[in-house]
Amino acid sequence: MNTVKTYQALVIGVSAGGLAALKAVLPGLSARMDQPVIVVQHMSPDSDDFLVQYFDKLCSQSVKEAEDKLPICKGTIYFAPPNYHLLVEDDKSFALSTAERVQYSRPAIDVLFETAADVYKQGLVGVILTGANADGTKGVTAIRAKGGFTIAQSPKTAEAKTMPGSAIEAGVDMVLDLEEIAPFINRLMSKGAALD
Amino acid sequence: MTDNTLEENETIEMKLLLEAIHLKYGYNFKDYANAHTKRRLRNRLKMSGMTTYTDMMRRIIYDEPFFNELLMDLSINVTEMFRDPWFYLKVREELIPRLKTYSFIKVWHAGCSAGQEVYSMSILLEEEGMKKRSQVYATDFNELILEKAKAGIYPLDVMKTYTSNYQKAGGTGDFSDYYTADDKNVILKRGLREKVLFSSHNLVTDGVFGEMHLIFCRNVLIYFNRKLQNQVLQLFYDSLIPGGYLCLGSKESLKFTDFTDRFDVVSKKEKIYRKKLMAE
Ligand SMILES: C[S@@+](CC[C@H](N)C(=O)[O-])C[C@H]1O[C@@H](n2cnc3c(N)ncnc32)[C@H](O)[C@@H]1O
Repeated sequence: MNTVKTYQALVIGVSAGGLAALKAVLPGLSARMDQPVIVVQHMSPDSDDFLVQYFDKLCSQSVKEAEDKLPICKGTIYFAPPNYHLLVEDDKSFALSTAERVQYSRPAIDVLFETAADVYKQGLVGVILTGANADGTKGVTAIRAKGGFTIAQSPKTAEAKTMPGSAIEAGVDMVLDLEEIAPFINRLMSKGAALD
Repeated sequence: MTDNTLEENETIEMKLLLEAIHLKYGYNFKDYANAHTKRRLRNRLKMSGMTTYTDMMRRIIYDEPFFNELLMDLSINVTEMFRDPWFYLKVREELIPRLKTYSFIKVWHAGCSAGQEVYSMSILLEEEGMKKRSQVYATDFNELILEKAKAGIYPLDVMKTYTSNYQKAGGTGDFSDYYTADDKNVILKRGLREKVLFSSHNLVTDGVFGEMHLIFCRNVLIYFNRKLQNQVLQLFYDSLIPGGYLCLGSKESLKFTDFTDRFDVVSKKEKIYRKKLMAE
């Protein structure tokens, strides 16, 4: 059978070198793309809301920090707050947690990706960008196990290659150069993907 | 079996497991944030080598030490002294002068974990000359963690963070005056415990703690679903004197609760609220 599945949400995980990478992706997302985008960027525990402010100016979607119990809205880009894990609840709202670090990180990409995969199942797209650790690898595996779609930045275009490299080794659906990612996502999110 | 049936069955098993914990040990986790509970149970299942939640449920019922481990997983005890130093700075500069207008104050730390928050506040009260005029209640539902809180012994390697937090929080003394150290641990001065009563209290099932001037409940409500958040906020509301203060964690707020109208915001960023003087 050849049905078309439409995606409901996009999650992005990024670490070292993230600012430049996100700048090459987020502002390129089409204003017509109305699925929520949820981003975990590793950062120091006492960071302020610089990223949120910065990308709110650059992006056509509105950019916010994810809050505990906040319902996840269309057309919005959310960032995980510093020093908290970000989880997605069954009713498509956020939950925060101060639990131990995962892969030396809080927020951890794995925590967001795994909980989002539980909720959005095959409706989820996950992207791993530049980074110098293995966070996100379990996450993309979880997304694929639920039938979602996963993308890794090609290590040759990544400032830090370990994180996308590790995800690719575990298996992703697509490896793309940095500048190809936004256009690809725009197509994917508007059309869905043909299933066989 | 399709993925959907599998998931449905797993959800049923998890519900039964939580029910078993409630029946056997009295802890009610049914209204905790679901994504969080699911994650913790899944991790414990993987680590334990068992394959189904039904097996794990049986083990929970028959093997109390195993349950105690799971309780640790579910209760998340991560904490530090002067966590969010800017919050404690605000308490010092904004709240303490207001509290000084009372001849005596009662403070409740709900969900105090291993005590770091309590001792931070003890230091602050002492430095502000309020210690003699205060009674502090420190509660948690996890008895194992309460024992650690009473002991006030922490690993040496966290002291660097604690010391820098203390300074950023406006500490007026020398932090090293508050503890003695051996080669592995620091032992907080016993005097810091003087006004503190540690006791077991479950926010889900236990009752009101009367006539508080100040309640700290930081980084606990995020683990509850909205229904339980409202229930516990009612408990705090009933335990506060009119005009009493409630301090939440830096990423918690009353925003998505039924209590926005019953408290005034004292400090938005620091999440300090004040119970309104009269019911409207
Ligand atoms: C993350 S710690 C917060 C410690 C401290 N307040 C802080 O902010 O650093 C959460 C604490 O809440 C406690 N807790 C969770 N559920 C509880 C309940 N139903 N009743 C009382 N304490 C609870 C846990 O045992 C844990 O020690």
